[in-house]
Amino acid sequence: MSPPRLSGLDPTVERRPTRREDARNDLRLVAEMVEHGSRVLDLGCGDGSLLSLLADTRGVDARGLELSQGGVNLCVARGLPVIQGDADTDLATYPDDAFDYVILSQTLQAVRRPRDVLENMLRIGRRAIVSFPNFAHWRVRLELGLRGRMPVTETLPISWHETPNIHFCSIRDFLDLADEIGATIERGLVLDRRGRVMKDGAPARWNLFGEQAVFLLKR
Amino acid sequence: MTFAADRPLQLDSGAAIAPLTVAYQTYGTLNAAKSNAVLVCHALTGDQHVANVHPVTGKPGWWGAMVGPGRPIDTDRFFVICSNVVGGCMGTTGPASVDPASGRAYGLDLPVITIPDMVRAQAMLVDALGIDTLFCVIGGSMGGMQVLQWAAVYPERVFSAVPIATAARHSSQNIAFHEVGRQAVMADPDWRGGRYLDADTRPEKGLGVARMAAHVTYLSDQALHAKFGRRLQDRAAPTFTFDADFQVESYLRYQGRSFVERFDANSYLYMTRAMDYFDLAADHGGRLADAFRGTRTRFCVASFTSDWLFPTSESRAVVHALNAGGASVSFVEIETDKGHDAFLLDVPDLITTSRGFIAAAARARGLDAPAGEPAP
Repeated sequence: MSPPRLSGLDPTVERRPTRREDARNDLRLVAEMVEHGSRVLDLGCGDGSLLSLLADTRGVDARGLELSQGGVNLCVARGLPVIQGDADTDLATYPDDAFDYVILSQTLQAVRRPRDVLENMLRIGRRAIVSFPNFAHWRVRLELGLRGRMPVTETLPISWHETPNIHFCSIRDFLDLADEIGATIERGLVLDRRGRVMKDGAPARWNLFGEQAVFLLKR
Repeated sequence: MTFAADRPLQLDSGAAIAPLTVAYQTYGTLNAAKSNAVLVCHALTGDQHVANVHPVTGKPGWWGAMVGPGRPIDTDRFFVICSNVVGGCMGTTGPASVDPASGRAYGLDLPVITIPDMVRAQAMLVDALGIDTLFCVIGGSMGGMQVLQWAAVYPERVFSAVPIATAARHSSQNIAFHEVGRQAVMADPDWRGGRYLDADTRPEKGLGVARMAAHVTYLSDQALHAKFGRRLQDRAAPTFTFDADFQVESYLRYQGRSFVERFDANSYLYMTRAMDYFDLAADHGGRLADAFRGTRTRFCVASFTSDWLFPTSESRAVVHALNAGGASVSFVEIETDKGHDAFLLDVPDLITTSRGFIAAAARARGLDAPAGEPAP
């Protein structure tokens, strides 16, 4: 079995899958956390893969925010209501409780102020769903610890000076941040290298063997 | 279309116009369900000739990039309506029309017109055409103001709305530019207090200057530089006179001259005034979001990076208000050096976005896709 395409580490649209059957495993997991018929805002929605998936499979009222012109154009052409904008600056203009879920899929590490973004997500939405790559995965540790280099792997394919990812964190770091802002974790799913959901285990095990994490947070 | 004298157009000023004449063009065919009508709203100096050869200038319609067979507003698929606004000078009642009270041209006796007045007149036309709900209302600049007004006052009659390069209120700077233009018109001795038609004169100098000044605001520094730079017009060296040495001067003078051939000076005063008065939030208790609260219209808002007359911040204010009102809204800021005029031009990103939005809205409206269009 070949490893899943985990191209979402790069938030630019070109690397996003465009067809539903290509939907990344973490997108499916995110989608499954969303209740039918709810109102959803996807931050950094790229070409709208997740929004389409949500609209088609969960019957949600799906909205998006996307930085790139190319991504917005693709979304609008698919009939998805998407606003060109920046999660770091534009969330403040959204009213409280406007959405049931605000989703940040593979974008946390690319925002300038992750804490502000997360707090805004939980203000605008009753729940937040965040998926991100775990920077404490053993392969990353190996690159950094043994080779002494910033990791360039399948899931982190861009060299340190080119990457838009500026705020990497580990699963433990994320749990700490959630705790700091007073958010409750309702669900957490961790994927291994093959994109399989890991069974419940010690957080240390997740943090070492989990390559991706998806968390459902509540205020 | 002329409405009977017992069906006056009630104006925001408290006055009324009767009888009201609305000049309009249509393209395409209204379907049996009357669900495929698109209303195009024209800008300050535009008119109803959106996609046909202009009867006065002989030039192609002003929005050929957007409206026509196979275009985003596909005239093979939609029934497209474009009417000359009230106060205009291409057939709809305006300052050059005959005032039934005096038997001569209205001149400044025409009550001041507002954007809501223009929209009210359009609604009378749409009613008269037997159309209840418009599939789409679209326009740029002053046309975009009308789109916002339509969506605010007739939300149930607008299935989708595309306001482009516009604002929910006219900025102080823009009012200032308009005042410069109006003063140029009124400073021309041939304007004669607005009674120039009676004297068979036209304030061509004043209107030409107004157009020249306004035209600069429609472009951008980069666009002007790229087009003209500091190049001289048909000469090798400056003449040390006030002749049009520079190409940009020659270009502006041409713009001024050609404009006065097709546009009425008083109408220019009324159009600019209507834009100055536009403030959609003020009409809704000071909160723009309240203008759109609970709306089910789908919006697609677009702005241009180099537009300094209606900068992106104005469109963002509209988007934020729509968001706050829970509306379905898409927004794109399109990268171009073409300035405000970009909305009239064949700017690929504008065309692509509009095409996608309109096609998706048509699917949601249950309008059949034209043969040959791939399923999404």
